[in-house]
Amino acid sequence: MTTPSEFTWRDLEPGVIISDAGNSREYKTGDWRSARPVVDKANCIKCGVCYLFCPDIAITQAADGTFEADLYYCKGCGICEQECYTGCITMVDEEE
Amino acid sequence: MGKLIGKEVSVAAADAVGLVNVDVIAAYPITPQTHIVEHLSELVAAGELDAEYIPVESEHSAMSVCCGSSARGARTFTCTSSQGLALMNEVVFIASSLRLPIVMVVCNRHLSAPIGIANDHSDIMPVRDSGWIQVFAENGQEVFDHVIHAFRVAESEKVSLPVIVNMDGFVLSHMIEPIEYWEEEMVKQYLPEFKPLYRLDPDDPITIGALTMSEYLTEAKMAQNEALKNALPEIVTAWDEMAEITGRQYRPVEKLHEDSSETLFLTMGSISGIVSDAVDQLREQGESVNLLKLRLFRPFPFKALKEAVGNARRVIVIDRAVSFGGPPGPVASEIRSAFYSDTNRPMISGFICGLGGRDLIPDDYINIYRESLLQTEGGATETEDILYGVKA
Amino acid sequence: MIEVRLHGRGGQGAVTSAELMAITAINQGQYAQAFPNFGAERRGAPVAAFFRISPEPINTRNMIYHPDMVVVLDPSILRLVDIGSGLHKQGILVANSRFSGKELQQELGITQTIATVNANVIAQEELGLPITNTTMLGAILKAREFYSPDKLLGPLNERFGRIAGKNIKAMQRAYRETRITPALN
Repeated sequence: MTTPSEFTWRDLEPGVIISDAGNSREYKTGDWRSARPVVDKANCIKCGVCYLFCPDIAITQAADGTFEADLYYCKGCGICEQECYTGCITMVDEEE
Repeated sequence: MGKLIGKEVSVAAADAVGLVNVDVIAAYPITPQTHIVEHLSELVAAGELDAEYIPVESEHSAMSVCCGSSARGARTFTCTSSQGLALMNEVVFIASSLRLPIVMVVCNRHLSAPIGIANDHSDIMPVRDSGWIQVFAENGQEVFDHVIHAFRVAESEKVSLPVIVNMDGFVLSHMIEPIEYWEEEMVKQYLPEFKPLYRLDPDDPITIGALTMSEYLTEAKMAQNEALKNALPEIVTAWDEMAEITGRQYRPVEKLHEDSSETLFLTMGSISGIVSDAVDQLREQGESVNLLKLRLFRPFPFKALKEAVGNARRVIVIDRAVSFGGPPGPVASEIRSAFYSDTNRPMISGFICGLGGRDLIPDDYINIYRESLLQTEGGATETEDILYGVKA
Repeated sequence: MIEVRLHGRGGQGAVTSAELMAITAINQGQYAQAFPNFGAERRGAPVAAFFRISPEPINTRNMIYHPDMVVVLDPSILRLVDIGSGLHKQGILVANSRFSGKELQQELGITQTIATVNANVIAQEELGLPITNTTMLGAILKAREFYSPDKLLGPLNERFGRIAGKNIKAMQRAYRETRITPALN
């Protein structure tokens, strides 16, 4: 018995490869987050250590040289808060 | 036919790999496959074969390298035996699931323990369900032809699957016998340039081996199984086209004599010649008996098998391995399963023979024939497979 | 079909002798097989090798149990291994020995025809080594004319390259010096 579906086994590429590489960008991991990093830009020394340590490459540099997390991807792990030299990153509960 | 030359079958297998101008060889030496990799490394070292010979540290690495090079679009070869095949097992399944057209020669040898190096099929049966195309060769000429055939089939865009060419360890690998080599022109005519279905390319990236869970795994396995089943006509076409070039016609199931007989032996690999001697002796005594050689094991040639068996009353299946706690002859159980739904099915009489290289002579197969007849005369319709000649 | 079993010691080249006999037969349009005793190879241990030559294609892949000819490459094996095992009554033993065929028939209790040659001396003088595998090819061809000894020149040259000349001389000398002692009734 088969299950009717718009996407069938015939639509898979040989070897189940994914030919449109880089489509993980579309994958929203931001909703895994229960707390988000908030940056006190006044104390940010623009060293980029948060950018280096972020396991999800979710932190990017803004035009003014400071860093901030892209909340579409940030899972809220808190590593940036732990690593920041000046303590300018604080994890804030999503509920607040 | 061209000139026959005396060559060790292993050397001929390596020369066939050289003739198809392979790009990458990754292998780890193991008895009795050693002479194949030795000769290939000689060809590469002497500059006679422009290929990358990668001497890996294990068979697991060998198949991993093969997956990488094949995915990059390189024509790729490896060979192994017994424990080596067992060690690479994990990656063997990955190669076929990724549809990578790697060619592997397996010099069939018994699997430990107890340790041993002689021939049987206990190494290959555990990878029966690995999704590779699998053929069995009877002699050196068949090994040579099938190495070339394997690349043609594997790389066909309608197939794109890896192929195992089984050759019995020692009995074939260490045998010097007459073999007709192909001319380079014949290979060029027969084997087109390798155009992979997809390839790893930094300028045009793709993802290979991504996570798949229950959502699409059923579909992925359906597609893989259909791909293997659909390879059958391509395999046959490649044999037919080979016949036009070499005059040698191979089929999924081959009959020794064209007539129909009451009893059929069914064999795979190098013992077919010995069994054919037994069959001819029995026929001289007036017995109605014939021999079927199962050349293609995966995809399993159900239709060809049924046509070849016809109305025979009895099929004596010679197995070379034990499925412990199971049927116990792995090939016999497949043949039984193939006929189960037929109302007029033959009795399948299974005998497990020649474990660890035990050398059975034609008289042994004549004994097996008589024993099988006794089973039927006793009214048996189902029989349990017998380990022939066990010291008891 | 003629079936031959060779006895030697690991490293003495019994397999090479069998190979060269088979390859040359195939070159002459005959069918042939050559193979070692399947198993672990250990230098110095008694080993066996085999060849078959036939005008027809060969079906069998069994070991050889009833040879038409037994060849012994090393005299020290004559008394160590049951070299006459399975040898056909009409068969022939080709032995590297300093003893005569008659003496060997008596000592070993072998009734079949025996061809003898002192291959150790020939190999030592021609090659400077007590390796008798190519020397004994001459004795084999004297005992049974599978083909003319000249037919071996191509394969010997191909196999041994610059040292082929010495091996050819040793083979040819053994062909001349091999003596045949008829079977006992």
